[in-house]
Amino acid sequence: MNWIAELKDITKTFNGISALDNVNLQIRKGEILALLGPNGSGKTTLLKILAFLEKPLKGQVYFDGRKVTDKDVKQMRMESTMVFQKTVLFDTTVYGNVAYGLKVRKLPKKMIAQEVRRALKLVKLEDFEKRQAKKLSGGEQQRVALARALVLNTKLLLLDEPTADLDPKNASIVEEIIATVNRELKTTIVMATHNMFQAKNLPHRIALITNGKISEVGTPAEIFGRLSKTLASFAALENTFTGDAKITLNGTTLVDIGNDVEIETTAQSQGKVSVFVSPEDIILSKTSFASSARNVFKGKIVEILDLGSVVRLKVDVGRPFTVQITKRSFNEMGLNLNAEVFLAFKASSVQII
Amino acid sequence: MEILDGIVKAFQLIISGDPRIFEITLRSLFISSAATLFAVLWGIPIALFLGTRNFRGKLFVKGFFNTMIGIPTVGLGLILFLIFSKAGPLGLLRLLYTPAAIIIGEAILIMPIIISFATTAIESVDPEIINLAKTLGASDDQASFAVLKEAINGILTAGIASYNRAIAELGIALMVGGNITGWTEVLTTTISNETAKGNLELSIALAIILLALVFGITLITLAVGTLRRRRK
Repeated sequence: MNWIAELKDITKTFNGISALDNVNLQIRKGEILALLGPNGSGKTTLLKILAFLEKPLKGQVYFDGRKVTDKDVKQMRMESTMVFQKTVLFDTTVYGNVAYGLKVRKLPKKMIAQEVRRALKLVKLEDFEKRQAKKLSGGEQQRVALARALVLNTKLLLLDEPTADLDPKNASIVEEIIATVNRELKTTIVMATHNMFQAKNLPHRIALITNGKISEVGTPAEIFGRLSKTLASFAALENTFTGDAKITLNGTTLVDIGNDVEIETTAQSQGKVSVFVSPEDIILSKTSFASSARNVFKGKIVEILDLGSVVRLKVDVGRPFTVQITKRSFNEMGLNLNAEVFLAFKASSVQII
Repeated sequence: MEILDGIVKAFQLIISGDPRIFEITLRSLFISSAATLFAVLWGIPIALFLGTRNFRGKLFVKGFFNTMIGIPTVGLGLILFLIFSKAGPLGLLRLLYTPAAIIIGEAILIMPIIISFATTAIESVDPEIINLAKTLGASDDQASFAVLKEAINGILTAGIASYNRAIAELGIALMVGGNITGWTEVLTTTISNETAKGNLELSIALAIILLALVFGITLITLAVGTLRRRRK
C-alpha cells in the first residue's frame, strides 16, 4: 500500500450548502499534493476532513490502511495535523506554542525542549523561544504555526494556503521549509493553494478542485502541459487569463484575453491558451515610458493590499492584473486607490500554461 | 469628635489583635472564598458552553444571567430563607442559620457575575483555538481548557468581582445566617448589628478591615494583571 490517506465518495454540506460533492482522492506516502482551486472551492473543508476536524456527511475516510470511525478520531488527529490559513496562536511564548502538541503527548520535558529547538531551527526562528508569539510579524507568526505542526512529526501534514498572506521573503522561506521537510523527513504534505506558480513548482501532484469537486489529478507537467479545461476556467486565479493565441510575424505570440487586451509572449502557441504573469514581474509606473517591455497597459488601481514589506495592487487595464511592489516604492510613488498607472512586462515573463 | 474617637479606638482594637475581630474576619474570608469557589466550579462550565456553542434561546439565557447580576441581596436572602426554613422545601436539611447556608446563598448570588463576565471573555477568544488545540492532538477537554487559558484575564476579573460582591453583601448573610455570635457572624452582619447597638468602635474597626480587604484584593489583581501584560 503506497498511500497514507484515501477519501471515498466524500460529501460535505454546511447549512444545506454543498462544500464537497462526492470527492475521491488518494494521498500517496511521501508526496506533496497541492489542492489547486479558487477561493471557496472546498479546499479548506477537504483539509479539515483529512485533519479529522470535520466529519463528512457521506463517504469514508481511510487513514494508514484502515477505515476511520468516530472512535478513532482522537487517535487519528495525533497522526494528521493542520496549519490554518489564518494564523492562530496561543497567547503565550513561541516556546509555549510550539511545545503544546508535545505536552499533550506527554513527552518528557527535556525531550520537548530539544524538539522545540529543532523545529524552530527548521523554520529559521532560533532564539525566538522566549518571545511572545503574538508580538511577532505576520511572517514570523506563520512560521511559528508551521514549527508547531512540524514538531509533531505526524504522518500527514496539511497546509491551508501556507503563503497566501505572506510577503515574498517569508513566502520563499515557507516554501523552502515545505520542500525540506518533505525531502528530509519524508513527511506527506497536502497543501491548498490558489497560487498557480506555487502549484507548478512545489508539489509532486496537483488536484484541481472547483465547486467542491475534484476535476483532475496529475503531475504538474500533466496538469499544466495540456490545456486543462478546469484550469482555464479558474478566473479567480491571479494573473491567469484565457484567450485566443496567434503567432505574429516576429515569431512571438499574441494572446487576446478579452476587453481589447492583448498580451505578447515569447512562447509560441496557437488557438485557445491560458497565460500567466507573475505579480513580481510587472513594473508599475505613473507615466508611460520607453522600454524594451513588449506589454504596456494603462489602467486604474482598484485594490490595495498591504503585506508588510510589499504591497499587492490590483490594476484594472480592461482585465484585472495583480502587481506586487515594495512598500517603499509604493510610498515614494504616492499611489492611491483609483490612481491611473501604467503596467509593463516583458514578453518573456508571460508563460503559457 | 465622636467619630474621630471611634476611628482611633477602632485602630486600637485592630492592633490589639482582638480575637473576635480576627474570628469574624477569617469567617468572612472563608465563606466568600467557598462561595466563589462553588460559583466558579458551576459557572465556568456554563460559561464555556455559552461562549463556544450556538443554540436556540442562547440570547435569552445570556440575558437572564445578565439580569441576575443586579438581583437585590435581600430579595434573594428572603427566597432562600423560605426555602431553608423548617416548613420550606429544603427545611429537612437544617441549613438555616449555618455558614453553609450563607455559602450557598452567596454562590447563587455571584454565579451570574461569573457566567456573564466569563462568557464574554470566552466569546472574545478566537473560535479556531478549539480546532487548533484538537489538530495538535488535544482531547475535547484539553481543547476547552485551552480556550479557558486564552480567556484567563477576563475570568480572573470575573472571579475578583464575584469575591468582592460576596464578601461585601449583607442581605443573604443576615437572612440565612442570622448573625449568630461565634457561628455565623461575618463582617457585614456584625457591622450592621453593632452599629444598631451603638458599638461604633467595633463597627468602624470591622468596616476598615472590610474596605482594606476589598481594596487589597482588587489592587493585587490589578498589579498581577499589569505584571503579566508587561512581561509580554
